[in-house]
Amino acid sequence: MLNRYPLWKYLLILLVAVLGFVYSAPNLYPPDDAIQISGSSSDLTIDAATLKRAEKALDEAGITHFGSEFSDTAAALRFNNGEDQLQGKKVVQDALGSDYVVALNQAATTPDWLVSMGASPMKLGLDLRGGVHFLLEVDVDSAITKRQQTSADEMKDQLRDERIRYLKFDVENSVIVGYFRSEELRDQAVSALRSEYREMLFDNDFPEQNGHYRFTATLSEASQRQMEQDALTQNLTTLRKRVNELGVSEPIVQSQGRNRIIVQLPGVQDTAEAKRVIGKTANLEFRLEAAPDALSAATEEFDYNGYPASLERKLILTGDHVANANASMDPETNMPQVNITLDSLGGTKMNHATRSNIGRRMAVLFIEYKTRMNVEEDENGEQVQVPEQYVERSVISLATIQGALGVQFRITGLDSPRAASELALMLRSGALAAPMYFVEERTIGPSLGAENIQLGVKSVQWGLALVLLFMLVYYKVFGVFANIALAVNILLLVAVMSLLGATLTLPGIAGIVLTVGMAVDANVLIFARIREELKAGASPQSAISAGYDRAYVTILDANITTLIVAVILYAIGTGPVKGFAVTLSIGILTSMFTAIMGTRALTNLVYGGRKNLKKLWI
Amino acid sequence: MSEQKILNFMGARIPATALSVIMLVVAIGALAMNGLKLGLDFTGGAQVEVSFSEPADIPEIRSILDEQGLNNPVAVLFGSDTEVLIRTQGAMGDGGQVALERRLQNTGSGAALEAVNRAPSDQGNYAQELVFSGASAGVLDSTELFPPRFFGDTRIVETDGAVSVLVENSLDNAYTQELLEVLSAETGSQVELRRSEYVGPQIGAELRDEGGMGMLIALAVVMLYVAARFQFKFSVGAVLALVHDVIIVLGFFALLQIDFDLTVLAAVLAVIGYSLNDTIVVFDRIRENFRKMRKGSTREVINASLTQTLERTFITSLTTLLVLVMLFLFGGELISGFALALIVGVVVGTYSSIYVSANTLMWLHLEKEDLMPPEKEGTEIDEMP
Repeated sequence: MLNRYPLWKYLLILLVAVLGFVYSAPNLYPPDDAIQISGSSSDLTIDAATLKRAEKALDEAGITHFGSEFSDTAAALRFNNGEDQLQGKKVVQDALGSDYVVALNQAATTPDWLVSMGASPMKLGLDLRGGVHFLLEVDVDSAITKRQQTSADEMKDQLRDERIRYLKFDVENSVIVGYFRSEELRDQAVSALRSEYREMLFDNDFPEQNGHYRFTATLSEASQRQMEQDALTQNLTTLRKRVNELGVSEPIVQSQGRNRIIVQLPGVQDTAEAKRVIGKTANLEFRLEAAPDALSAATEEFDYNGYPASLERKLILTGDHVANANASMDPETNMPQVNITLDSLGGTKMNHATRSNIGRRMAVLFIEYKTRMNVEEDENGEQVQVPEQYVERSVISLATIQGALGVQFRITGLDSPRAASELALMLRSGALAAPMYFVEERTIGPSLGAENIQLGVKSVQWGLALVLLFMLVYYKVFGVFANIALAVNILLLVAVMSLLGATLTLPGIAGIVLTVGMAVDANVLIFARIREELKAGASPQSAISAGYDRAYVTILDANITTLIVAVILYAIGTGPVKGFAVTLSIGILTSMFTAIMGTRALTNLVYGGRKNLKKLWI
Repeated sequence: MSEQKILNFMGARIPATALSVIMLVVAIGALAMNGLKLGLDFTGGAQVEVSFSEPADIPEIRSILDEQGLNNPVAVLFGSDTEVLIRTQGAMGDGGQVALERRLQNTGSGAALEAVNRAPSDQGNYAQELVFSGASAGVLDSTELFPPRFFGDTRIVETDGAVSVLVENSLDNAYTQELLEVLSAETGSQVELRRSEYVGPQIGAELRDEGGMGMLIALAVVMLYVAARFQFKFSVGAVLALVHDVIIVLGFFALLQIDFDLTVLAAVLAVIGYSLNDTIVVFDRIRENFRKMRKGSTREVINASLTQTLERTFITSLTTLLVLVMLFLFGGELISGFALALIVGVVVGTYSSIYVSANTLMWLHLEKEDLMPPEKEGTEIDEMP
């Protein structure tokens, strides 16, 4: 018998190997130190003239630069070394002013012909390039409580409109409790409210208590989950805006699990500034100033530039309805103003609240969630620091309502253009749906990152060299087949990771090293089988065929179980564990291809056609 | 097959079982007495890695740290004699508070730090607001108290009764800088901050739970897969081997008190994958031989299968160990725990695929019938003469 592959199989394997080479090639070109210039707001795009100004400033400062280029929203300039890059950043930032954000960057040097094929290098994780990692937790409970308070106020309005008298409304643990003087009133109220608040679960099956009849309204599971999701999405969007203000290239802002957000800022070393900008956990509320004759139970006092301001407890709307806000000059009075655009629901609510209150003043209340550490004694009598979250509120603007407001309106009467742009910024980016807290923080210095790459590469090289040598000595010609397959396997692994846009981390490198060690397992299984068959007296050709066939099932079983473990690792793991799981899984899949199909093709090519093959070098 | 000398693996099954039991008892003992030395990922707290220009004197650094007011500070060499990892159970800011209070006492004004808050939102350039009692603005407005090289820009704010200081760098960041300077001054060597990490206590607890959960899920899924692909007795054998390996690797880390962090946990899960790989290969051969060697007893079939797979078991373990040892030697300190866990795991896993998983099949009296699908059994009986 002969071992032959049809031509298409050889071609397929060759094609995959060539693709593996092409798509892993970009990783061979070391990136240039570069700066990235972008507009500080989305409507400010960078043009050729701006880039010219930057280049001119660099030329004047005597800093060598090259390779200016444009992308959709940003421009980049490259430098010869990191020192020039740091100086260049300063020079360009000074020249362009605060309208533009200048960030340090690593620009890929992938040749054009590779770029045109969609090839790009792997991204490096923070542990390999240095930077800051934050983990923030979104406090959804407080968002739900706030929402329930708003709903309770709206319920009261509706009952007043429908002339159903209520005693009072409370919100306890995000459950709304309404109190009435009689059973009829309560049941009337519930049936009126039920149709309006479909997302709530109403319960009015309570006996009379202290002459009160009450009902409870709880937010249903589904809408609580929906709120959780909305809060997370909203906070993600806000965080992205804030991170863009920081001017970091390739930042990562993504959700993790139900209520956490990861922020990774490569290349950033100043954690203080990053934390300040990201950590501005604030929210906004628009409220009416309390009328002088208002009941004290319906008003609240806040600080406004050092003076007390009395506002209605009821809010008109929250900052999440603000779609956009920007500062400008009123062309008539030449005074600073802030133009605000609301979303459509926000516009309706604003119109509703303002049309009957022209002449009164409306306040913008800025709410911040802060953390302070309290020292407490734990059960062992030891002093431990317990974080306590608290809220601080202050009025940042108090302006007279000139007419019924809608989706678009403006706030005037601001002290200075600076105050206007600050208010606009807070309106724009201050809209967090729910407060957030820092729960994790890691900084990796750039020198450590570079060293980690070196160490990783060195251990891959040594591990690979030893395995190649061993296979060659032990399996001779078949060892050469296995070694070629192993080399192609690493190419494929790197190519797939580059194509998927996966991030390479230190544990990821460990995964590659482990793959090198384990990928030969499939070949060892096959070769051991072939040797066995030969010992049992089979002819070389049938030994090859039987060896591959019999080992196949075992390889499949063994790899599937390892893959299961890798998938579980990925599912439960965070950060480093995930990076390891990704490389391990991809490595298993590519190694099955190279170790089974790849070596079989080589074996067939070398031995398969020989009819009177007497001996195998194995 | 007849030419190959079959090794009597199962002849040593009683002493091997005893060895496994002893290793397990030692491992569980170490876990119970010492416990795992959990890394920052699981305990929460803060750590900084500092590199010194001269070889670091750890006892000296420890005595410096003891005076700093950090919560249980620990200093260990990290990889080389110039790299030091400093860890505290609390935040770096604890040390900053103590240092600040010490400087306050020197002023003799009776001022005391009352609270540390995040700076108000309209003070965008400042990170924190430090609130003091019994202090006048004049006393606090001093670069002695708030050295600009640590705190950056500062601003005094007076509100009714209380005086607070806005600082550009938070206590955590300021103190990290201060600590570097103290270390540099006291040891007379140049220092550089390599990395700093802070993990909140709740995260640590969660990661612990998730890690344990992950291991249990992995074991359960593997058990199901093996039961489906092979047979129930095989899945008992596979899972016993995995539990055996995981406990011994964990015991090893508890015994030597090596830091157990997230990457080591990943390694332990990879050990499950590797050890399983080995076990499956052996099981596969046992299943095949049970169908082929009609006359053989269970013991003979298992011995023959182990003998046939021995070469492969050794070679794969060898190549894997080769790369792991290289990773351990050259991969740097961050990855050494990972490599070590896998090295121990591969050695134990190789042993357990023979003497735990195959051995379990013996204890469970695996019979040929266990491997015959019921409907096929009927046809085979018919075919028998």
